[in-house]
Amino acid sequence: MNPPHSTEVVRALVVAQLRLELRTFESLPAMCLFAVTTFVLFHFGLNVDRVSSDLASGVLWVTLLLAALLGINRIYVADAEQGGFDAFLLSPAQRPTLFVAKTMVLLAYMAVVEVVALPAFAILLLEPSLWNALPGLLGALALGNLGVAIIGALVGALAVRTQARDLLGPLVSLPLLVPVLIGVAGWTAPLLHYPQALAVAGRWPLVLALYDGIFGLIAFALFDFLLED
Amino acid sequence: MYGKGLRPLSLLTAASVALTLAAVFFWAPNDAYLGFLQKIFYLHVPLAIVTLCGFVAAGLMAVAHLRTRDPRWDVRSYVAIHISLIFGVVVLISGSIWARGAWGHWWVWNEPTLVSFLLVMLLYATYQPLRFAIEDPERQSRYASVFAITAGAFVPINFAIVRLSPAFVHPRTLSNISGNLPGRMQAVFYLALATAALLWVTLWRFEMTAKHVAAQLRRLRKLLGEETDDAPVRRSAAPSLTGVGSIS
Amino acid sequence: MIASALPLHTAGPYVAAAYIAFFVIVLIYVAIMASKLTRSERALTELTEQVEQRPRASDEGP
Repeated sequence: MNPPHSTEVVRALVVAQLRLELRTFESLPAMCLFAVTTFVLFHFGLNVDRVSSDLASGVLWVTLLLAALLGINRIYVADAEQGGFDAFLLSPAQRPTLFVAKTMVLLAYMAVVEVVALPAFAILLLEPSLWNALPGLLGALALGNLGVAIIGALVGALAVRTQARDLLGPLVSLPLLVPVLIGVAGWTAPLLHYPQALAVAGRWPLVLALYDGIFGLIAFALFDFLLED
Repeated sequence: MYGKGLRPLSLLTAASVALTLAAVFFWAPNDAYLGFLQKIFYLHVPLAIVTLCGFVAAGLMAVAHLRTRDPRWDVRSYVAIHISLIFGVVVLISGSIWARGAWGHWWVWNEPTLVSFLLVMLLYATYQPLRFAIEDPERQSRYASVFAITAGAFVPINFAIVRLSPAFVHPRTLSNISGNLPGRMQAVFYLALATAALLWVTLWRFEMTAKHVAAQLRRLRKLLGEETDDAPVRRSAAPSLTGVGSIS
Repeated sequence: MIASALPLHTAGPYVAAAYIAFFVIVLIYVAIMASKLTRSERALTELTEQVEQRPRASDEGP
């Protein structure tokens, strides 16, 4: 019997996880709600009605990052508790396919959260028009989400089989995610300037692409070692 | 016994430290612009460089561990991170003191090396809790190595990215100081760098020796029947050399 | 934006504090390691003596 092709395996894994999520709604509603609630927290904490430029960029991205942290542990919990890792190891699939699958799942989760969070942000806190900023914003979202997904997939696997998984996941992820935050915040801030001016993304797309690329390769190479038992 | 060469190494390091201190305070001229406060850089910058190299070295040792599965590499990596963490604390403290003296605040965000350093320390501070949270020693070593490699790669990349951040477009004192030093100052700086490296290596060997002796002790006790295998095993974040035959 | 020269009497304490912090931290570490090491080595020599003094018959394997 031919071993399944890697792309088929990835697709199967992703579909399985998304189907599970659609059945149980364990993570996504919570992540979306968390994002909206965090915007409210920022309103009260910063005591501002409307934000623009650096402040808007910061509030948006910190919120998305924190929501992502919720997801990072969630995508592995089912595997850890129900023997999903063992099942995967027994199958003829190549091990790094699990990493690719988890990365894509996280990307999907982030996209869903952003579909909810961006309008909420525009309604609750944002001063300039979100619509005008959207083309540039999508680029930042794409590369930013990729960075979060890659690091999240690696650190999640690291943290889920430890005894302090809820703490270690965020603790280890956050320093690794700071460069991503620097990149996307730097890229987004001029897009959210009020009054709106033509904004240039500058070097940030390249920086983010390099960061994502390098850590993608590192995580891909190291993931094997996390699955060994 | 173990740690051969440790005594001459320690003496050499002590002499080097003394020589460096003398050079810093009696030979290097005072900086025209920053005055006496600049003397902190002979401490802060060399230690910072050595700390970061130590973290990267720990990552390389972790690569060796994953490739050879020899637990000695994991111990070497663990000790390297441990020593670098200690040096890192000194770097942050001295950096903070310098910031207070130069800017009036105990912390400044416009010094990229300091900020990058804080990020690196925040990351490596999770190393010990991570190890402690995994009971199985083999898995602990393996996961720790994955972490050490990821974090080791993070060190240089993080420094590059933080430097790019818009806040750091203004001229930076730290890099200016360590970059374009006139004659004597440069000589003293390199001396300080060599001393810091020597100190790191000495402390690393020192702790490795302590671990070897402790492991040998445990082995002997087991052989003599003083410790049985089913004695309650204390959970530990530190890798041990008990199962290993020979010395580093 | 660059710091201007602090005179010796104000900068002195800062420089001293930084170097002292360095020495204190390193010395504390060395002291802890040294005490662990001497304790271990003492126990090691004791055990080695014990082994040499024990009669052969009661030497037990693991």
